[in-house]
Amino acid sequence: MTVAPPIRTPATAGGGRTGAVSWMVLPALLAFLAFGVVPLLGVVALSFTTWDGLGAINPSGLTSWRAVIADPALPHALGVTFLIMGLSWLFQTPLSILLGVFLAGRERYRGFLAVLYFIPLLLSSAALAITFKALLDPNFGLGAGLGAEFLSQDWLGQGNLALGVIVFVVSWQFIPFHSLIYQGGVRQIPVTLYEAAQIDGAGRWRQFFSITLPQLKYTIITSSTLMVVGSLTFFDLIFVLTAGGPGDATRVLAVEMYARGFQANLMGPASAIAVILVLVGLALALLLRRLGGRDQSASQLEGA
Amino acid sequence: MDLSRRTFLNLGVGTAAGAALAACGSSGPGTSSGGGAKGAAASFWFLTGQPGEGIRAKAVADFNAANPDNKITEQRFQNDAFKTKIKAAIGAGQAPTLIWGWGGGGLKSYVEAGAVEDLTSWFGENAAIKDKLFPSSFPAATINDKIYALPCETVQPIVLYWNKKIFDQAGAKPPESWADIMNLVGVFNGKGIAPFSLGGQSRWTNMMWLEFLFDRIGGPEVFNAIFAGEKDAWNHPASIDALTKVQDLVKAKGFIKGFSSITADSNADQALLYKGRAAMMLHGGWTYGGMKNDGGDFVKKGELGWMNFPPVDGGKGDPSDTVGNPGQYISISSKATAEQKESAKKFLATGKFSDNEIKGWIDSGAVPIVKGTESQLAASPDAEFLKFVYDLSSKAKFFGQSWDQALSPGASEVLLTNIAKLFQLSVTPQQFATNMNAVLGK
Repeated sequence: MTVAPPIRTPATAGGGRTGAVSWMVLPALLAFLAFGVVPLLGVVALSFTTWDGLGAINPSGLTSWRAVIADPALPHALGVTFLIMGLSWLFQTPLSILLGVFLAGRERYRGFLAVLYFIPLLLSSAALAITFKALLDPNFGLGAGLGAEFLSQDWLGQGNLALGVIVFVVSWQFIPFHSLIYQGGVRQIPVTLYEAAQIDGAGRWRQFFSITLPQLKYTIITSSTLMVVGSLTFFDLIFVLTAGGPGDATRVLAVEMYARGFQANLMGPASAIAVILVLVGLALALLLRRLGGRDQSASQLEGA
Repeated sequence: MDLSRRTFLNLGVGTAAGAALAACGSSGPGTSSGGGAKGAAASFWFLTGQPGEGIRAKAVADFNAANPDNKITEQRFQNDAFKTKIKAAIGAGQAPTLIWGWGGGGLKSYVEAGAVEDLTSWFGENAAIKDKLFPSSFPAATINDKIYALPCETVQPIVLYWNKKIFDQAGAKPPESWADIMNLVGVFNGKGIAPFSLGGQSRWTNMMWLEFLFDRIGGPEVFNAIFAGEKDAWNHPASIDALTKVQDLVKAKGFIKGFSSITADSNADQALLYKGRAAMMLHGGWTYGGMKNDGGDFVKKGELGWMNFPPVDGGKGDPSDTVGNPGQYISISSKATAEQKESAKKFLATGKFSDNEIKGWIDSGAVPIVKGTESQLAASPDAEFLKFVYDLSSKAKFFGQSWDQALSPGASEVLLTNIAKLFQLSVTPQQFATNMNAVLGK
């Protein structure tokens, strides 16, 4: 993935050559059609049927959609999804920016730390979930091992705590990734801006809020898009950690879809939820693009 | 623990999609009508994991050696992959000839899809086989008065375990009634020991409490009405009473602190019992083997006590009733060729329940669903426990199948979610009943 904010890309300069190389897009397009669009159309079609995954697929019009929309589980799952999305954004963004700014420094120890910070990203979500589950076990986990009573909470057994644990684990896993994006973003900021500010007498904080943050605008949008849209697809981690429980306290849309489709054998309603998931994701991505301003090519470096 | 189909109900079946895709790719023999050669091989999928894997594989090998014309080809699957894979294979018309499973609601969905053979007449011709199996194993194989599967392998009732050492220290006696249970809760809490261990995150663990309470208070007919989908069946007074009693137990701190964070697949609930952190545990018969393996000297030194769930004062249920897994089940795919079905039937008639296989199950510490194994059980190092399980299973007036297996997959998913909420005290018994009434018969 590209890390650089979209500044002054030479896209317009190469305009004359696009005709000759446009065939290069074909492999990606074909793969996208075969593995993205075709299954999506299949899911849309399935959402208008009744199917238990075993017998015949019976077209049933809007039955599945009615069942999904009338079910209070849908608004609940949507609410939980957005709550986890919002909380994890709030938790991850400031920390990622701070870490990113810190890691952008050229000192050698920062490079060493950057490698360490990167480790959580290398672990699979399922393995992480199993590990955290073991650590959080109220009787045999971290609390019991260290003799620290406050760590022996009913972490996964109370709705709010379980939600907090999920936000924490998600952040723990993905902050390194977003820090990396911000590190790249910060390194793109011309040093001259800081030099000028120093001459004008701006302190560290002033420099951070008046130069670093505004310059990171597009990086923030990129990272936020990844966080927000990515959080829609959190499934493995939540499924292994809490399975949507306790009760349905952490049952996000993706878990709800899985439970309906593969545990309750209701493929029609599960497909309807899948379509909703896609629509929500598209809407969010579009919204974030709009927030970034219509004119993506506008320079951030005017006056630099 | 492959004997418990529980494990994979709860394990993250994150591989579901992958398994489904894989199933589409494999060329199962189901629809291949070609060949016609004498003795077309019947295929058999079963679970990996010892000791069951070895016993199943040996049964196939022995049968193949004795029947060169009716061979069985085997394919082995890991627990969690099996359920999605078999479902996808049946849905795609590529099922193996012999379909292994847990009976109940899952089998019913196969029957409704027309995927499995009616074996009623086969049992008519092979009455000797039917007669030697526990009668309690047949209801879960029977749908609309027709038998669609051969019960096989082992019986796994739910047992109330207790830690004898902890009971001695507290000067307490095992409970003989529900009132005793509530008294013991006070006794053990006073000593700083959790009365009951529970892996509540797994949800079906909580369900076992309801299964017993429903039976003890109202008898089997209460759940039978639910199973039959009778209107508002969950509103039965016995049902509301049982739901209230279980919440009373939660409120009295009957279960270990943080039980909703504990899963059964990590066996932490068993560890709490054998480490003396909890005094009692209601759990499947398969945990005996688990505690024997993991609990050090705990089982060997005779510190593990076991009993059937006690009666509830004034309850209508027979105290000999039990619940759990009455057996495992093998059906024959209706999509198989005539030759394959022939081989499969021969396997069911002569390949299963051989002396070797029965001995294998007993050596593994489980009770086969076959009558008349008392003397073999008595020779086992686990004789005492095995005799208890044998007597319990063979003498139970009613052997209730686990609810999540008996109900349709759709209804059991709603059930498990609501049970978790019930134990969290976030729904009242009446709300629980209302939520569940909405999925009756679905």
